[in-house]
Amino acid sequence: MGFFHFLKAEVSRVFQVNLSAIFNYIDCKVRIFGSILQFLEPVKSCSYESTKPHVDKNQENAVSAYEEVSKKPKYKKIKRQQLKEWRCIDNCFWIIGYLCTTWWLLLFLCNFLPGVKVPISPGSRLKNEGLNAHHPVVLVPGIVTGGLELWEGKPCSQGLFRKRLWGFSFAEIFKRPLCWLEHLSLDNETGLDPPGIRVRAVAGLVAADYFAPGYFVWAILIENLAKIGYEQKNMYMASYDWRLSFQNTEIRDQSLSRLKRKIELLYVTNGYKKVVVVPHSMGVTYFLHFLKWVEASPPVGGGGGPGWCAKHIKAIMNIGPAFLGVPKAVANILSAEGKDVAFIRAMAPGLLDSETFGFQTLQHVMRVFRTWDSVVSLLPKGGETIWGDLNRSPEEENVCYSAKNKYLRSFSKENDGNNTDPRRSIQVKELVKYGRLISFGKTASEIPSSQLSFVDPKKFVHEYAPVSSTSCEELLTEYDEMSRENIKRVTENKTYTARTLIHLLRFVAPKAMQRAEAHFSHGLAENLEDPKYSHYKYWSNPLETMLPDAPEMEIFCSYGVGMPTERSYVYKMSPSDRCKSIPLQIDTSADGSHNGCLSGGVYFVDGDDSVPVLSAGFMCAKGWRGKTRFNPSGIASYVREYQHKPPSSLLEGRGTESGTHVDILGNFALIEDVLRVAAGASGTELGGDRIYSGIIEMSEQIDIQL
Amino acid sequence: MSILRRRKGTENKKTEPEYEEFNDENKKSNGSSRRLRRRRWSCMDGCCWFVGCICSIWWFFLFLYNAMPASFPQYVTEAITGPLPDPPGVKLAKEGLRAKHPVVFVPGIVTGGLELWEGHQCAEGLFRKRLWGGTFGELYKRPLCWVEHMSLDNETGLDPSGIRIRPVSGLVAADYFAPGYFVWAVLIANLARIGYEEKNMYMAAYDWRISFQNTEVRDQTLSRIKSNIELMVASSGGKKVVIIPHSMGVLYLLHFMKWVEAPAPMGGGGGSDWCAKHLKAVMNIGGPFLGVPKAVSGLFSAEAKDIAAARSMAPSFLESEMFNFQTLQHVMRMTRTWDSTMSMIPKGGDTIWGGLDWSPEEGHECNEKKPKNNTTQTAESDRTRKSDNATRVKYGRIISFGKLVADLHSSEIERIDFRDALKGKSHANSTCRDVWTEYHDMGIEGVTAVADYKVYTAGSVLDLLHFVAPKLMKRGSAHFSYGIADDLDDKKYEHYKYWSNPLETKLPNAPGMEIFSMYGVGIPTERAYVYKLSTAGDCYIPFQIDTSAEGGSKSPCLKGGVFHTDGDETVPILSAGYMCVKGWRGKTRFNPSGIRTFVREYNHAPPANLLEGRGTQSGAHVDIMGNFALIEDIIRVAAGAAGEDLGGDKVYSEQEYSGKPEAAYFNVLELDAPVRRCERLALDGFRRGRGRPKKYWGEVIRRDMEQLQLTEDMTLDRKIWRTRIRAEG
Repeated sequence: MGFFHFLKAEVSRVFQVNLSAIFNYIDCKVRIFGSILQFLEPVKSCSYESTKPHVDKNQENAVSAYEEVSKKPKYKKIKRQQLKEWRCIDNCFWIIGYLCTTWWLLLFLCNFLPGVKVPISPGSRLKNEGLNAHHPVVLVPGIVTGGLELWEGKPCSQGLFRKRLWGFSFAEIFKRPLCWLEHLSLDNETGLDPPGIRVRAVAGLVAADYFAPGYFVWAILIENLAKIGYEQKNMYMASYDWRLSFQNTEIRDQSLSRLKRKIELLYVTNGYKKVVVVPHSMGVTYFLHFLKWVEASPPVGGGGGPGWCAKHIKAIMNIGPAFLGVPKAVANILSAEGKDVAFIRAMAPGLLDSETFGFQTLQHVMRVFRTWDSVVSLLPKGGETIWGDLNRSPEEENVCYSAKNKYLRSFSKENDGNNTDPRRSIQVKELVKYGRLISFGKTASEIPSSQLSFVDPKKFVHEYAPVSSTSCEELLTEYDEMSRENIKRVTENKTYTARTLIHLLRFVAPKAMQRAEAHFSHGLAENLEDPKYSHYKYWSNPLETMLPDAPEMEIFCSYGVGMPTERSYVYKMSPSDRCKSIPLQIDTSADGSHNGCLSGGVYFVDGDDSVPVLSAGFMCAKGWRGKTRFNPSGIASYVREYQHKPPSSLLEGRGTESGTHVDILGNFALIEDVLRVAAGASGTELGGDRIYSGIIEMSEQIDIQL
Repeated sequence: MSILRRRKGTENKKTEPEYEEFNDENKKSNGSSRRLRRRRWSCMDGCCWFVGCICSIWWFFLFLYNAMPASFPQYVTEAITGPLPDPPGVKLAKEGLRAKHPVVFVPGIVTGGLELWEGHQCAEGLFRKRLWGGTFGELYKRPLCWVEHMSLDNETGLDPSGIRIRPVSGLVAADYFAPGYFVWAVLIANLARIGYEEKNMYMAAYDWRISFQNTEVRDQTLSRIKSNIELMVASSGGKKVVIIPHSMGVLYLLHFMKWVEAPAPMGGGGGSDWCAKHLKAVMNIGGPFLGVPKAVSGLFSAEAKDIAAARSMAPSFLESEMFNFQTLQHVMRMTRTWDSTMSMIPKGGDTIWGGLDWSPEEGHECNEKKPKNNTTQTAESDRTRKSDNATRVKYGRIISFGKLVADLHSSEIERIDFRDALKGKSHANSTCRDVWTEYHDMGIEGVTAVADYKVYTAGSVLDLLHFVAPKLMKRGSAHFSYGIADDLDDKKYEHYKYWSNPLETKLPNAPGMEIFSMYGVGIPTERAYVYKLSTAGDCYIPFQIDTSAEGGSKSPCLKGGVFHTDGDETVPILSAGYMCVKGWRGKTRFNPSGIRTFVREYNHAPPANLLEGRGTQSGAHVDIMGNFALIEDIIRVAAGAAGEDLGGDKVYSEQEYSGKPEAAYFNVLELDAPVRRCERLALDGFRRGRGRPKKYWGEVIRRDMEQLQLTEDMTLDRKIWRTRIRAEG
């Protein structure tokens, strides 16, 4: 889901790297040459001054006259020409030089200006309050943000040994894009390494402190933890290969065993203090998987025994948790696009689909995505019970607001602190049918369900079309194996809900789904005692597992709110009939007249830009609240929401009050919470729940047996 | 050059049109405005043009560089030197070798990176940046701040308050020391070829500045290594690990092996069979088992061969006060706070390193230019050398004051004991107050007393260091010991300070384990020093290596005040090879379970040309990590081979010594031989009357103090010496 985070980061990175690196270098050069120039300048100005006074004029005339006399006939023309040539190229130089110099001047001034008043970091503040490192901390990064490096590759990747393929500069994408894609994709059958290629997760804190230079992920949190005394010995980054399914990280890399061993080591070497785990994004479900794995018995599990979690873990502080999946993952698998890509595709259809470089970007990206099992783990879980059916959805009262309203809303919230008032004050015209995660055509997303035509998705049958395969020599995606008629039939079933969606995906991406469904399940358990739920594919789904028996543990759901987040999509058939093109795409022309929730073919709800509030908060707000069947030992759960506030000026960077999915790791309020818990505070000492969104109402809408 | 020419050209072009305007009266009306424009252009904008030009050229080159295919440099090299041999990893992968045993690297001193976790005001913005290793950029930007942060507390040998410097963890800790200067990177790359990766390779990075036991006390490093080894054994299906320590890491690993089996409060509580269960082989690379003489000169005057040369070449450079920064003193003050340097002081005293008139290496020849494989010639010159006793180098004298003293027979040297000398009062010299070295506390009397003793052997060097650096040695003697054990079953040897000394510990009970000692030979290595009193003022270090002392043709071993012997440039072969050749060979008291040992020497061959970089056959201390033969050996062992499969011992240096292989290579006598025992008991180097040697009460007390590891300062504190006495029972 963060693929476009990375694109964004990439653009800013290229900008930064070019400017900063080159400028830094030249900065030094100029300091050296500066002295030379200073030396030269007075000489030069002297010579010009001497041309000014009239006294010398005669002399000069004489000189120039002499020159002209001697060389007049042929030389003058050449001179003119030279002059013009000189003008042409040197004007460019001049401009570049001018820009550079002003830039340096500004940079220089910037350094000497009284710095923008940076609010004192929570680390130093809490240090002054007397907080010290107490519990060891384990950080679990999410999808996309962890670095991957090459250990063995094909000849085209020569010289990249132990260089990052994913993360940091991404320079290789531009240099050898096909090679890069080949190395990052996994085997389509097994979901493990393709033969001859080994790409592994970077280990240590460097794995995910910065995603790209200057684009922090965990760095700010780490820095603040260090301020109160944390260091390598009591802080651990549990990096894992986020492309694999969770169980496969253990099978291939023993990542889960390592994590278990590390936690035990941290527990022992820090004087038998329990650890605080801070997972982010997909790391949340990864850690959920770990909790079940570690207590399961050896061949499949870690053999830690039933009391392991209670003994070793103090609290789990989930940040931006994608417990129940994200709708973004659907669009990703269906057409490899999210909000941002859809927009680009609409604006410049030739750009991404062009064959200029013999490189059909989107198709390649899609093929790579589909080999990553972990993407499937992010599909919406819990079916229609959670995500809504054709007619109703838990978020249907969500108010989509323009920027102005948002400001008013957050403002009024600060005033009365109650989240129901502003909601009522804005007139709700029509309820958005969020339950229809995919609808073909805008009307299909709006009309009452009685007017919809249905095709039973289970009846989709693959009919291989020989026509298309002749025209396309190379099969890039599984779409190429399908006939256009087949796809048409898919679109005849106008809408898909979270339940029927699975069938659609199984149809359009049979291999990926077949592979991944051995590792992940997206249902809702009726009876958790059923022995089938001891299989590892249920472990990462909070609706199909019980939390471990650890009554003293605490679970926090910390996430940002106040950002429009993708919730459901309006699709259309792609107009182009060429082979090697993805037949489905988001209908970017579909803009909502009402409510403003629909824009560019995407319906938005409240969330943190990637994860809707429903997915992030439901488990803590309802599913695990008190003693439920998902939480038999009554582990305390807390919802901590952080209202998004964009940075007030450019100088603030990504802001200290941001609520977006990744930037929230730099949110001071969140950092303070993490620090306090790490230093020993419990959830009630933090102030219990902290809720801005309508998560409680939404949860009440969901009819689930607890 | 081209830039200047360019500038000249532009000026001409700029001025010439103006002349024309003056000529043409008609154009003068609008010419003035043009002239104004031109003038502005030519002055300020000349600079801009210049900057822009440089920028564009730079960008252009950058673009070219980035567009260059990665295989280009290799292509050029191959075009010039002919096809390169396959790296050993590729070769062995073709032979079908695959990753089998997990591998653990233990880096040595200096090569591991250190990063900042908490610092003072001056280190702002350096959080988690490397202070040691990498580019060393901060060293130039803020040297004093850097020295302050790199130093440890002088009393405790741990962090100073408010500063936390921690080792970098992971393979990045020591793969490259500086950009382009590999340490472990080549080995890692070759191991990866046969299937190794992060999960079965582990870099046991530790803070190499602090003493070994303190790495556990402060960072729990030993526990972490233990836990990681256990994890790797478990996750690779019970296959034991191969440990590859380098340089000081060798001693660190010795310490680890004792620690892990010792019971819990002091040790790791792994039980007495932990090593047998978890370790397959220990492949020591360039291990200074018995210390290095370099450490002595480093502690004594913060200099080694290289620095000494620089100091004599440009005396004002290193000692200048231009930036109010007396480089050498600062360096010395910093390095003296590092306990780990003391782990490398020569161990085993005179028994190993030689006495006044005797040393194990004395047959060594220093003529480097002679081809090493020319055996007949070597044998001949051996004979001539042996007949001529006078030219034998007295390596046993690790420090001698003056070249003459270094050569004289011991009976001719006048020595005055320095130990009773009173240290003079510090000269209240305000100019050097800010720089602390303990030499200021010694005063002139102390300095001359040291010089009057003339000659120091490995045993008396310890006393010397205790005299000139009492604080340091006090800290150090709590963590390290340098003797030879008489009775290894003595209870006192359970203390951790003996664990890193191979002559005072038993190897673990692991008969299945193998120990390799792999090191380079064929490079002159520092072995003994000729010192002189420094002539500079009293703000400076009073001793320095006498770089004018040259042996000439008579004894070519002496160069620039340093006696050289064979070795890998840092570690003499005596230190690197002795334990595996003799001390641990077979079942000895140091190796009760009979762990098999192998010596693998790698003859140094300098790189053929510049393109080869640091060479694939180098034997130098760090560059040997890129030696293909060594890498091949390691890979074979990691893939499951035993020492015999590699071909057992591989020794180059033997013929140079006695020519008698059965005499086992060094002239060191059996440690338990009665003669040697006497030698160890005897207190040599003291003046005695005729007849039966007299005992002076001072000597007796001193000897007792030495045995109890007490220093003069400690005797002043009743609590300390009482605890010592009781502990020794």
